[in-house]
Amino acid sequence: MLSICPYFHVHQPYRIKKYRVFDIGQDSEYFNASDETDLNNLKVLKKVARKSYLPANETLLGLLKKHPEFCFALSFSGVLLEQIEEHLPEVLDSFKKLVHTGRVELLADTYYHSLAFFYSRREFERQVKQHERLLKRIFNVTPKVFRHTELSYNNDMAKWAERHGYLGIMAEGWEPVLGWRSPNFIYSPKDCKKIKVLLKNYKLSDDIAFRFSERSWAGWPLDANKFAGWVSNHHGNGNTINLFMDFETFGEHQWESTGIFHFLEALPGALLANPDTTFMTPTETIENYESVGEIDVPHVLTWADTERDLTAWTGNEIQRYALSSLYDLEKDVLVLKDKKLTSDWRKLQTSDHFYYMCTKWSQDGDVHKYFSPYESPYDAHISFMNILQDVRLRIKEAKKKKRKQRISKKYQNINQNAPRTSLSNSNS
Amino acid sequence: MSYVSTRKVLMLGWEFPPFHIGGLGVASKGLAEALVRRGSQITFVLPHKVNINHPNIRFLFANVPKENNDSFHPYNASNQKRVCDLLKNTRFYGQVFDHILLFAIQAAELTAHEDFDIIHAHDWWTYSAGIVIREQSGKPLILHVHATSFDQAGRGHVNPQQYAMERKAYHAADSIIAVSQFTKDTIVEKYDVSEAKIFVVHNAAQTHATDLEPIVGIEKLKAQGNKIVLYLGRFTIQKGPDYFIKAAKCVLDYYKNVYFIMNGTGDMRGQIVTQAAELGISDRVIFTEGFGREASRLYNVADLYVMPSVSEPFGITSLEAQLAHTPVIISKQSGASEVIKYGLKVDFWDIEEMTNKIVAVLQNEPLSHFLSEEGFVEAIQHTWEKAAAKCESVYDDIINLFKRGPS
Repeated sequence: MLSICPYFHVHQPYRIKKYRVFDIGQDSEYFNASDETDLNNLKVLKKVARKSYLPANETLLGLLKKHPEFCFALSFSGVLLEQIEEHLPEVLDSFKKLVHTGRVELLADTYYHSLAFFYSRREFERQVKQHERLLKRIFNVTPKVFRHTELSYNNDMAKWAERHGYLGIMAEGWEPVLGWRSPNFIYSPKDCKKIKVLLKNYKLSDDIAFRFSERSWAGWPLDANKFAGWVSNHHGNGNTINLFMDFETFGEHQWESTGIFHFLEALPGALLANPDTTFMTPTETIENYESVGEIDVPHVLTWADTERDLTAWTGNEIQRYALSSLYDLEKDVLVLKDKKLTSDWRKLQTSDHFYYMCTKWSQDGDVHKYFSPYESPYDAHISFMNILQDVRLRIKEAKKKKRKQRISKKYQNINQNAPRTSLSNSNS
Repeated sequence: MSYVSTRKVLMLGWEFPPFHIGGLGVASKGLAEALVRRGSQITFVLPHKVNINHPNIRFLFANVPKENNDSFHPYNASNQKRVCDLLKNTRFYGQVFDHILLFAIQAAELTAHEDFDIIHAHDWWTYSAGIVIREQSGKPLILHVHATSFDQAGRGHVNPQQYAMERKAYHAADSIIAVSQFTKDTIVEKYDVSEAKIFVVHNAAQTHATDLEPIVGIEKLKAQGNKIVLYLGRFTIQKGPDYFIKAAKCVLDYYKNVYFIMNGTGDMRGQIVTQAAELGISDRVIFTEGFGREASRLYNVADLYVMPSVSEPFGITSLEAQLAHTPVIISKQSGASEVIKYGLKVDFWDIEEMTNKIVAVLQNEPLSHFLSEEGFVEAIQHTWEKAAAKCESVYDDIINLFKRGPS
C-alpha cells in the first residue's frame, strides 16, 4: 500500500506600501496601497481568488465528491484568512465547504506567517495560539499537526511541537539531511518520543509546483497519467508520498492556460487507478505507519532555494537588520496593549517582507523577482525601515500619553484623598 | 573562422589621460591598455600633440590646433537653450565641424602608410576621420559610441548637424560598439540602424591608487558627525546637477548633518552655484574641481555617491565610486544601471525618491555597509579585460568578413 498525502499552503501577506521618509510620523497605515501595483493587497487578493482559490476550490470539491478516498490538508496563514474574511467572504465559504466534507485536515501554523520562532519563542507561541483560536472560530477545528513558515524546521522546533501535544510536524525531504534514506517513510525527530515528522517529496512536489509548465524540462508536458506512473515507481519502497506545495500553484504560479486545472482534476483518478494506492491526511499518515528511524536536523531546514535554509529571508545584512530592529520593539509594543499597534507590528513580522529584501541574483533570484512586488530589494528594505521609524514614534507617543494619564490619575487620587481640613488650611 | 594572432588596431580618439576632461578619455585608455595586454597592437591617433609617453601604445598626433576653452569638448554644449542659441549662432559648432574636418584630413594623411587590420573610432568627433580612413585603406571601421547627441541634449532637441553626422557614420560603419543596451536602443530607435551590427560592450573602471592622502578639511567635518554626499561629473544638462541640488535641499529637511560636494566643471556650474544660494543651502554645498587622483580622494571621503544623469550612456563614475567602497545611487536612465545590482536606482526626475534614498543610506548603517562591501566586489568584476575580450570578438568577426570580400 502506498498513500498520497497532499498538503497545500494558503497564504497572502499584507504587503507594505511604498513608504518614504516624508511619511514617517504622518501616515500610520502601512498596508493600504490603493494603486495599480502589486503592493495593493486587495487587488492581489482578488486576482489570486479569481485565478486560483475559487476555481481550485471548485475542482477540489468536485474531486472530494467523486472520489471517496480523496483527502488532503490545508495550512492557512492567519493573515490570509483575516483578509478573505474581511473582503472576500465567498472565498472563505468555498474553503469552508471543503473543510466541512470532513476530509480536509487543517494544520497548525503561526498566525502571521512569521519567523518569530527564531527571534522570540514567546511571541511565536502567542502567534500559534492566535492561529489556533482563528481556526476554531472559523472552521471549528483544532489542528493536530504543525507546519511552520516556509517549512522551516529543526530539532528544537520538533521538540517544541511534541511538548505542545502535536502528533506530527512537516519538513523538507532534503538529501543532505536524509543521506541514503527515502522521504517516503515517516521518521522520528531527534530526541523525541511521540511526534513524527512528515517529509516532503520535493522532486514529485516540485514537478507540479515549479516545473509543470517549463517547456525545457524533460518531463514536459506533464499529465496525470505520467505523474501517476512516476508515483507508482515507489510502490514497494515507500509508505507515503508527501506532496507539499503552495495552494497558489493551481492557477497563480501555474496559470490556467498551462492546463494545471485539468491536471488537478485528473490526478486523483489516475493515482487511484492503481488499487494499491490511496490518499491519507497527515494525521492518518502518522497514525497508520511506524517511524522507520530518527531524523537529526540541528540547523534550520526550509523548502526554499537550492540551499534549503533561511538565507532567502536572513541571508544578507539588510534582512538581518530589519529583523533584529523589528523584534527589538517587542517589549515596547506589547506593554502598551494597543491593539492596532500590536497588530501592525505583527503584520510586519510576515516572512514575505524579508524575502523581498533578498539579494541573491542567481537562478533562485529570478524566482524571488517573480514573487516580489517591489522594484528592488532595497526599495522593500527602505520602506520597511521607514515604517519601523514610524512605529517607534507611535510607541513614544503612546508612552507619553500613558505617562500623562498616570500622572493625572495620581493627582486625582491625591485630591480625593486629601483631608478637607488641610485644604481649608492651605486656603487660609 | 581564422584565428587572428596579433590584431593591429588603428584607434582614433580625442583625448587620453592625463590629458582629458571626461569619461571618454578614461574609457579609451582603459580599453586600449587592456587590448594591448591581451596581445593587440595599438596605434592611437590624437588630434594634437600632447606629452604622452606610453610604454605600449604608439601615439600619432594630427596637427589640429588646440582650443584653450574648457567647453570645447565633444560632450559639451547643450542645454536646450544653448542649442537654440547655437542654431542661431553656429560659431561654436562651426568651429567644432572645422576641427572634425581638419582631423579627418590630417589623420588620413598621417596613417596613409600605416599597417593595421581595423579602425576603431571613439566618439563622434573622430567618426569622419574613420570614414575617410576606411575609404583610403579598405579596412573595416568600428565606431565606439560613448554617447549620442540625444544624451548630450538631455534627451531634448539635438543639434541637427551633429545628428546628421552621427547618422551618416553609423550607417557607414561596419560594426558599432555601444557602451550599453541603453545606448544601443537609442542608436536603433533614433538613427534607424540595424540592431545586428551593434554590439554592447559595457565600460569598466580602474582601481584607485592606494597611496591617496585623505582630504583633511573634509575629514574634520566627518569627525564632527557629518556625512558627505558626492556629485562628480560635468555640470551639463546631461548629468542632472540641478536635480542633485534640489534633492540636497530636500534631504536637509530630514537629515541635518550632511555636506554635499559637487565636483566638476561645465556650462551649468554658475547656475548651480546660484541655485544653491537661492535654496539657502550654500553653507552645506562644497564646490570642487578635482580630477584624477583628486577625484579618487573625493570618492574615498564620500559616504554616498549620487549620479542623477538625465541620459547617461554608461557612467563610469558609478563604478569608480563603488571601487572606493562608496555606496551609489544612480539614475535609471544610465547604462551603468544595467550592470550595477548593488546600488540604488532612481528616476533622475524623481527628487522625492532621490531624497528618500539618500536619507536611507545616510541613516541606515547596515544598508550603507552592505552596498559598500557588495558594490566593491561587484565593481572589481567589471574589468577592461572583459570589455577588451568582447571588442576582440567584434574585431575578428568583421576582419573575417572583410577577408571574404569587403562589402
